[in-house]
Amino acid sequence: MNEAMGSIPCSEAVKKLWDYLDHAVSPEDQEKVEKHLSFCRTCCGELEFARELRTFLASGSALELPVDVRTRLERFVQEL
Amino acid sequence: MSELVTGERTKDAFRRLVVPELPGLYSLARRLVRDEAEDLVQEALLQSYRAFETLRDDAAAGRWLKTILVNVFRDELRKRVRSVEELPVEEVEGFSLYRTLIEVDPLPYSDTLHQDFLTAFGNEDVREVLLRLPEIYRAPLVLTYMDGFATKEIAHMLDVPLGTVLARLHRGRKRFEREMWAYAEEANLLAGRDDR
Repeated sequence: MNEAMGSIPCSEAVKKLWDYLDHAVSPEDQEKVEKHLSFCRTCCGELEFARELRTFLASGSALELPVDVRTRLERFVQEL
Repeated sequence: MSELVTGERTKDAFRRLVVPELPGLYSLARRLVRDEAEDLVQEALLQSYRAFETLRDDAAAGRWLKTILVNVFRDELRKRVRSVEELPVEEVEGFSLYRTLIEVDPLPYSDTLHQDFLTAFGNEDVREVLLRLPEIYRAPLVLTYMDGFATKEIAHMLDVPLGTVLARLHRGRKRFEREMWAYAEEANLLAGRDDR
């Protein structure tokens, strides 16, 4: 018996991966995604990359505040 | 800076709270808009000063200020854009950066292709990619994944239903992946990263 039988296709699994990582899928969808991931190596790779991309975005440090902009903003606050 | 705003909420207290938050505010503003980040921060500071008495917890000043900044951003966007540009679902659904990297293999000597691709992007590169997205997709992406707001908070800030935020996040992520790939090619970002 094909282990993929009754599972969702890759296209549907991939659509739900970020929501799966965000714990924003229903218990039913979570089960479907996990069943699909249990046999689909490509989607496991997609999931791992989505996780890396999410971590990459979260780890981005603050963009630099140039000295002249900081000075103007501090003056703006002083003059309120 | 000695004039009373209301009760203990003095200008001095306001200044002490907001000055340490300026880098975070400016950084968020630069990820939301291309050229008007300083104006956006100034307007947010003005509005937050007027609303200073509503801040209950000084420890939450950073989130409070960012929320006001996003409100200003939303209002400016509404003035500028009469109708939002929703992308057709099929236009973004089909693209997978993960698969594109495997198929094109831009770093053939890399054992960690996907990680190496991501680390080629500096902070300013990520900003450039974000700025290629329509604002309606950019804002939920920045607020969720870079500033850690919950989707319910974002729906409230942007004054749209939660389902709209979730749909825009989904399309925004896909669009972001596609623009990362396009930007990497156009900016020749991977050149020299595979030398052995």
